[in-house]
Amino acid sequence: MQIVLDYYNYWICIILMMVGFYGVIAKTNLIKKALSLSLFQTGVLVFYISIGKVDGGTGPVLDEANADAVYSNPLPHALMLTAIVVGVATLAVAMAIIVNIRERYGTIDERDIEDIEHQTEE
Amino acid sequence: MELIHKNLPALIVVLPLCMGLLTSIIGRRGLGWWMAMATTGAVFAMSGQLLWNVMHDGAYQITYQMGSWPAPFGIVYIVDPLNASVLMVVSTIAAVLTLYARKSVASEIQKNRLHFFYALWLFCTTGLLGITITGDAFNLYVLLEISSLSTYTLVALGRARNRRALTAAINYLVLGSIGANFYLLGIAYLYQVTGSLNMADIHHILVNQVFPTWGGDAPQYRTTVIVGFAFMAVGLSLKLALFPLHGWLPNAYTYSPSAVSGLLASTATKVGAYAFIRVIFTIVGVDFAFGLLHTDTALMVSAGAAIIIGAWLALKQTNLKKMLAYSSIGQIGYITLGFSLNNVNGLTASIIHLFNHALTKGSMFMALGVVVYRLGNARITDVRGLGRQLPVTMGVFVVGGLGLIGVPLTAGFISKWYLVTGAIQAGRYEMAAVVLVGSILALMYVWRVVEQIYFGKRDENAPKLREAPLTMLVPMVLLAAASIYFGIDARATSWVSQTAAELLLGVKL
Repeated sequence: MQIVLDYYNYWICIILMMVGFYGVIAKTNLIKKALSLSLFQTGVLVFYISIGKVDGGTGPVLDEANADAVYSNPLPHALMLTAIVVGVATLAVAMAIIVNIRERYGTIDERDIEDIEHQTEE
Repeated sequence: MELIHKNLPALIVVLPLCMGLLTSIIGRRGLGWWMAMATTGAVFAMSGQLLWNVMHDGAYQITYQMGSWPAPFGIVYIVDPLNASVLMVVSTIAAVLTLYARKSVASEIQKNRLHFFYALWLFCTTGLLGITITGDAFNLYVLLEISSLSTYTLVALGRARNRRALTAAINYLVLGSIGANFYLLGIAYLYQVTGSLNMADIHHILVNQVFPTWGGDAPQYRTTVIVGFAFMAVGLSLKLALFPLHGWLPNAYTYSPSAVSGLLASTATKVGAYAFIRVIFTIVGVDFAFGLLHTDTALMVSAGAAIIIGAWLALKQTNLKKMLAYSSIGQIGYITLGFSLNNVNGLTASIIHLFNHALTKGSMFMALGVVVYRLGNARITDVRGLGRQLPVTMGVFVVGGLGLIGVPLTAGFISKWYLVTGAIQAGRYEMAAVVLVGSILALMYVWRVVEQIYFGKRDENAPKLREAPLTMLVPMVLLAAASIYFGIDARATSWVSQTAAELLLGVKL
């Protein structure tokens, strides 16, 4: 029990990531797949954010009155701003491709698409 | 002039990025191609200059601090012989393929979308060049995603010819994103341990503060570093399509527009391989990756399987673009095998093969692009008897094929020579044997096509084909000629590759 409570932030990341990873592998609906991918990315984001936290640290704004203040590390947050943008762009590209697939195949289910591709040559 | 010289490492990435944005806005009515051509041409000149500078620099290193923030606080771009030669590969192929793309792409993509195509083309080049030149592990992730996102879109643009391009693209997107996120997660672990994102700095902290504690009773962060490296290794293996993580590659190469297949095959996976070499040799160090974890054995098994199975599957394809795609999986095996041998000759083979294979595969995909341009498809039955009608194109294809086999006087021979020498030096005779078996299989799948081209009879009623337009012919012949030139006179390429290999292994300096 203690190991769950002590590292609960990591457990949340692991659960988020594994739920996403499971969805990417197991779901056949392409939109669900793309959203699972997003969830997986969110797991990584949360991981970065949580490693930036310093025990007893405050927000990283210089406190001149208190010389020995402890600050949390702002760098992982800055990094994740970039990663969030990347995640949004990935999701957008995925959705655009899925819309195209719907137009050309009439379905967004992987199994149906596979059937159609098997029936038609090259 | 002085200003340009001083800022070359930054300009080589910033120029295509800005030009890409500009192209998407004002690149209509054919202007897009001119802008892409001018940009890739300029990038080619710049990378040539960088390679020259770094090879004549006493320390073999050029460091550029972004915004003058010193490392490890700011992002630095570092040029050494290894990435200067990869920059050369990317920019050469990009410039040559842009020339080729003009006619080829115009026949495959709607006219009013062409400027977007060239914008994405430039973004893709930006990302690839950036991955190569950056000395910052997180920056590498961002640039990896820039190149990947534009690549997914470029692959999907093949939809006009075949709707399977779309499913290939979504498949590539899902696997590629997982790979990139694994890499990102790996960086997080290393950042947690070292508190740094600068590659050299991470290495410095690991070697001086973390690894020494592992011998004693209280090893620090041992599991963290191992897990971090494992995530990075798997993520990058997905990106470079190392067997058995190659699932996205064959369809993506087959159904994308011809010019994109060429660009992907000759640069994208190469840059992935480069990033992998960086992670092993520059970030975590050989002693950790190969000495402690024995990653080299795992890589060798994967590489051996890739060489044999890739070539075997290539033998069974009827679609020629798919055949080349499977052959690429095998060639990635050669590159991986080279650096997993962990000696100068093996590493030289990897680096020289990045260049030689880019020339070979690039020219072959371009030759098939001509067949697609004239016939709309490139099945093995389509090229039957084309030797008379498209003599130059088919000649280029054959020269490329000889390069894949590794016939003497082609560039492929030089790579295999170094590779076999390296394998024997490392005492891995079985790997040397695998390389030879791979070459025999390559001979079989290339011969199968050559037989159809020169000895097959073309259908009597089939329309007579004209040779490719000049803008497609010239770049193709240039690459084929280069692959022969560097097969006969390999002094320049082996000088650069060997220097890079010696620096990576710490034999030099």
